[in-house]
Amino acid sequence: MTPPHEEYYVPAQSKWPIIATLGLLITVFGLGTWFNDLSAAREKSHGPLIFFVGALFIAYMLFGWFGNVVRESRAGLYSAQMDRSFRWGMGWFIFSEVMFFAAFFGVLFYVRYWAGPWLAGDGAKGVAHMLWPNFEYSWPLLNNPDPKLFPAPKGVIDPWKLPLINTLLLVSSSFTVTFAHHALKKGQRKPLKLWLAATILLGATFIALQVTEYIEAYHELGLTLGSGIYGATFFMLTGFHGAHVTMGALILTVMLVRILRGHFSADQHFGFEAASWYWHFVDVVWIGLFVFVYVL
Amino acid sequence: MSAVIEPGRVEPGHVEQAHGDHHGPAKGLMRWVLTTNHKDIGSMYLWFSFCAFLLGGSMAMVIRAELFQPGLQIVQPEFFNQMTTMHGLIMVFGAVMPAFVGLANWMIPLMIGAPDMALPRMNNFSFWLLPAAFGLLVSTLFMEGGGPNFGWTFYAPLSTTYAPESVTFFIFAIHLMGISSIMGAINVIATILNLRAPGMTLMKMPLFVWTWLITAFLLIAVMPVLAGVVTMMLMDIHFGTSFFSAAGGGDPVLFQHVFWFFGHPEVYIMILPAFGAVSSIIPAFSRKPLFGYTSMVYATAAIAFLSFIVWAHHMFVVGIPLVGELFFMYATMLIAVPTGVKVFNWVSTMWQGSLSFETPMLFAVAFVILFTIGGFSGLMLAIAPADFQYHDTYFVVAHFHYVLVPGAIFGIFASAYYWLPKWTGHMYDETLGKLHFWLSFVGMNMAFFPMHFVGLAGMPRRIPDYNLQFADFNMISSIGAFTFGATQIFFLFIVIKCIRGGKPAPAKPWDGAEGLEWTIPSPAPYHTFQVPPDMNPVHEHRKGPGDEVLP
Repeated sequence: MTPPHEEYYVPAQSKWPIIATLGLLITVFGLGTWFNDLSAAREKSHGPLIFFVGALFIAYMLFGWFGNVVRESRAGLYSAQMDRSFRWGMGWFIFSEVMFFAAFFGVLFYVRYWAGPWLAGDGAKGVAHMLWPNFEYSWPLLNNPDPKLFPAPKGVIDPWKLPLINTLLLVSSSFTVTFAHHALKKGQRKPLKLWLAATILLGATFIALQVTEYIEAYHELGLTLGSGIYGATFFMLTGFHGAHVTMGALILTVMLVRILRGHFSADQHFGFEAASWYWHFVDVVWIGLFVFVYVL
Repeated sequence: MSAVIEPGRVEPGHVEQAHGDHHGPAKGLMRWVLTTNHKDIGSMYLWFSFCAFLLGGSMAMVIRAELFQPGLQIVQPEFFNQMTTMHGLIMVFGAVMPAFVGLANWMIPLMIGAPDMALPRMNNFSFWLLPAAFGLLVSTLFMEGGGPNFGWTFYAPLSTTYAPESVTFFIFAIHLMGISSIMGAINVIATILNLRAPGMTLMKMPLFVWTWLITAFLLIAVMPVLAGVVTMMLMDIHFGTSFFSAAGGGDPVLFQHVFWFFGHPEVYIMILPAFGAVSSIIPAFSRKPLFGYTSMVYATAAIAFLSFIVWAHHMFVVGIPLVGELFFMYATMLIAVPTGVKVFNWVSTMWQGSLSFETPMLFAVAFVILFTIGGFSGLMLAIAPADFQYHDTYFVVAHFHYVLVPGAIFGIFASAYYWLPKWTGHMYDETLGKLHFWLSFVGMNMAFFPMHFVGLAGMPRRIPDYNLQFADFNMISSIGAFTFGATQIFFLFIVIKCIRGGKPAPAKPWDGAEGLEWTIPSPAPYHTFQVPPDMNPVHEHRKGPGDEVLP
């Protein structure tokens, strides 16, 4: 026997998607204008202003849309089936993020195992060596094929200093968020708040240390976005990861605020669970980064 | 479920009204802007797609007008480049993909007995991002330096070092349509996995639902990779990185690898839903169950899997190691196996069937025949040494237009005629429908078949001028293209006529059709299956004769 389905909640109308669309459009138009004006070295640019207006729209939409969902959830409009839709939605969203990072990891592997050695004359396409006959390949790449266009870095970040600390921070934050989850499931609100606050603190420390590392890279090592493919892949991977940690920490902060207001119960707390899924995801990406970007 | 909420703890505030409280659609323009209804959103997707089809088509007319005769007569080469680029981008991302998302929106909830899509507000967001993205994309044509002129594949360094300034907006437009596609795909998967009526097991789903489930997986897997590659372009252009510049240790060929890792599954994203629709339409007009339902499902999954390991067959001449050439050549040829399974199943479904040739069936049969021609030329292109000769010629143009026009687009036309009675409550004009088919069929073959010959003889693609010996074939192509293009205005007329009136359609206008969508009245009420139907006793007869031989 199949149990009869509960009625599925279908909202009649919503203004949030169109506000989100306008917000995104204005934001990217502002960013595009800004970037173009920067690259063309124009003195005046409306880009930052347009971008700011778009960002305001998006902030308004995020508060409004998520606030709406929270109210609906607390009003008891969502069935167990709705809960499963959210689970599938969040799961596949994280999969799309995995593929986004996979693209950059793919770039890193391609450069290290194929393009780099070919440029130095090794392997099946070593004929590329004729472009820069003096080029020798090593990784980390401390000498670029054309140092005039892309000045190479003097050195790279030592993995056994800040990155190791950052690894410990993020891995332990994955544990603390799990402890928080267990506390929530047992209805222990106080440990829940403490473990969650600890998670956010660990995340914030991680971000602060990443900023320190970036400053060191730019000012002492000459390791920049423009310092050849090592800098490009390094900043692309760690930068997007850092942006995701920031986003995850913000989401966890929202969860903490909701918990302080008495939201979530031992058996209904998918908002919290989704946030912790996301947090574990950024943690796993970091492990990949630590191994393939910093250590190997 | 929600018994956990203590009374009094709910903050006062706005909760969006559930649809059960009122029955019809809202009035006025805001109905469409704010809607969460899968039928409204499906219709908007379909209309958006048709507008993009006409816009992209008019650019094709510019291209064919310029190529009507050798020599430069109508447009400048710079503008010609923008036309070929925008034609490709608009047709791929604006016409074909949104049309299938529109069909998915309309039909998947009806086919699986769901009240709507799983996440209705996100559904509205997915749609409205498209006009925003395309508004931005098309506006680049009017910017200083012109629009994108580097081909729809936007290879670096054409799209980075040598691109017009508007490329920045092109990149962001791609980001927006990527977000739209990912959210749309998540919605499709959540709907199919979570909202099926009780008793509708996975292996009882109509094939259109199956092919869309797999398509949605492909979309979520590769759209982020597209986002990644345009982001790297953005960084190379504005922030001094060297992803696609060998001078800094990067590689322009790397662009092509990342792009085609997205681009090849993309090809299947544009054809799998058409496979699904045709797998419903051919049994309906053969009055026989689909031959080999189970093998169709596995073949679709096999095609999807293979689509991830063949990308470099687009890059045989770019300089990849011999091992790579061989691997990608053989992997590509493997795709012919599951595709062949599908073609044989369609043919076997028709075998000894009681066939009738209403417009949807005409388009579906033409689909099988002409898509197979496109498949065969694909097999020719898969042979790496032969591809050295065909690469970047009109043979490639002929190949992918054969899989996309009589493949994807005929699939969309077949679906539109098949389900128009359900959408509008009226039968379309059968005579006009058949006329639309025959004009499209003749026009399209006349436009694209000669391209095989000029391609094999060496005429390069994306060039506004050509050698004199190609003149006759090109003139024939142009006349065919004009015929096909004009015919689509006629299709618009047929659809509007059908919406405004015509013979009232019964709930099930096709006697051989199967599926839940035919159990509801025509036109489909604004809200359907608010209580899911129990599917347990039904659908047992869906098993076709091809299934017995499979484990």
